[in-house]
Amino acid sequence: MAALINVPSKAKRGDIIEIRTLTSHIMETGFRHTADGKLVPRDIITSFACRYNGTEIFRADLFPAIAANPYLSFFTVAKDSGKFEFEWIGDNGYSTTASASITVE
Amino acid sequence: MNAPVTRRNAILGIAVAATSLVAPSMLRAQSAGRVVVVGGGFGGTACARALKRADARLQVTLIEPNKTYVSCPFSNEVIAGLREIEAQQFGYDRLAAAGITVVAQAATAIDAQKRRVTTSDGTAFGYDRLVLSPGIDFHPEALPGYDEVASETMPHAWKAGAQTLLLRRQLEAMPDGGTVAIAIPANPSRCPPAPYERAGLIAHYLKTKKPRSKVLILDAKDTFSQQRLFEQAWKELYGDMIERVALSQGGRVTSIDAATKTIVTEFGNYTPDVANVIPPQRAGRIAGVAGVADATGWCPIDPVTFESKLVPNVHVIGDASLGGGIPKSASAASAQGKAGAAAIVNLLAGRTPEAPRLTGVCYSTVAPGYGFSLAGNYQPRGDIFAEVEGGATSPVDAPRELRAREATEAERWFQAITADCFG
Repeated sequence: MAALINVPSKAKRGDIIEIRTLTSHIMETGFRHTADGKLVPRDIITSFACRYNGTEIFRADLFPAIAANPYLSFFTVAKDSGKFEFEWIGDNGYSTTASASITVE
Repeated sequence: MNAPVTRRNAILGIAVAATSLVAPSMLRAQSAGRVVVVGGGFGGTACARALKRADARLQVTLIEPNKTYVSCPFSNEVIAGLREIEAQQFGYDRLAAAGITVVAQAATAIDAQKRRVTTSDGTAFGYDRLVLSPGIDFHPEALPGYDEVASETMPHAWKAGAQTLLLRRQLEAMPDGGTVAIAIPANPSRCPPAPYERAGLIAHYLKTKKPRSKVLILDAKDTFSQQRLFEQAWKELYGDMIERVALSQGGRVTSIDAATKTIVTEFGNYTPDVANVIPPQRAGRIAGVAGVADATGWCPIDPVTFESKLVPNVHVIGDASLGGGIPKSASAASAQGKAGAAAIVNLLAGRTPEAPRLTGVCYSTVAPGYGFSLAGNYQPRGDIFAEVEGGATSPVDAPRELRAREATEAERWFQAITADCFG
């Protein structure tokens, strides 16, 4: 499943807006063992970033203690119409991107 | 015949409860007392009856504003047009005939110092022990935009009665090809498997009458009780008619806009033809009035006696209590009512209550003649009930004969529990 994002489609200039993201990921810690004693290798998302018209406005590093399907919500100020771009990067070459546009009046 | 209450008497499975508590050995309480029970559902009625059976000299008062009780168990079948609401309705005449004083008023105030309950008509009832079995109320702050007015267009049908019939009428009025959304809250909530039973039964109605329609589940949970059984049954019976958006797919409902009949989730808006919004819940209103509910909205109790951790001499049973592993169900509420009654009889007689072992059973029907069940046993562990050995869930891969048999057993269970509580 692709990542889910929720960005208001419209806002007034200067409004504080909430941005929500959720991506499906098992976030395997690397600390668990299978029934026959083998270590389950770590498989997590390690970083998330959000750019607003090309400028990074939010970044998070993720660690093994974060639960599956990481949900991140954060706030920013609506300045200009344009595009939000989101990127998740993780173990084993994991990479997902998403984008959403906003009209600022 | 002067034996104390034994563990055997306190085993409160559905099957044995009816006989175990009428044992005349319990009639020798040292002194009778006054017990007021607030709430005439499965918990309150089971408790009031068990008290009176245990000691006929006890003054037992049941305070319940509704003269007719409408059972939630099996009300999903009313929604789906498989059953009439009259089959869900029960009165309190037999309780009155058993010597229980039935007061058709709402409890409005509780004075724990003076041990007194006041009802809406101003009458005061003194008690030695008070039992609150108020069931659930909806949590208005937990789902912005969803209130009583909203529930008139987007019914919850989570308290049986007019709401049940409203949802049924909306389904009947919906054109073929429509979407029925069911918004499901996170736990703890009343009868955790019931929303999924409802989804199946609504799908049955749609498949029969409006086959191009869909059921859309918007769920604040990722996993749920008996999930594999439900999902297998949905697929087998209804193909892809039921679609579920789980928590991690953005299914959690965050607000309601009743004016546009919109369900808002964390990641999208839905405007279904029929919106069944089951809101987040907390203990029934009187629990807050009595001061027995904590910050969670539910009532912490001593699991041996069901006495509130917050207010002495007040016992809380059923959905309103913080039961730990016990699901909030009619079956569990009636088992708790009986166990609470046994504890109160002992406390009033100056004896030490014994730890109960409760049995809860839950049947789900996904279509006529297609049912399965979950049975669990629970014992006090620390501040809550923990599930102990002996529970069972229907097998996932089972022949249809077993599903048919369990559907019949479900009906029999309903007859037994309603007879036990009201009959």
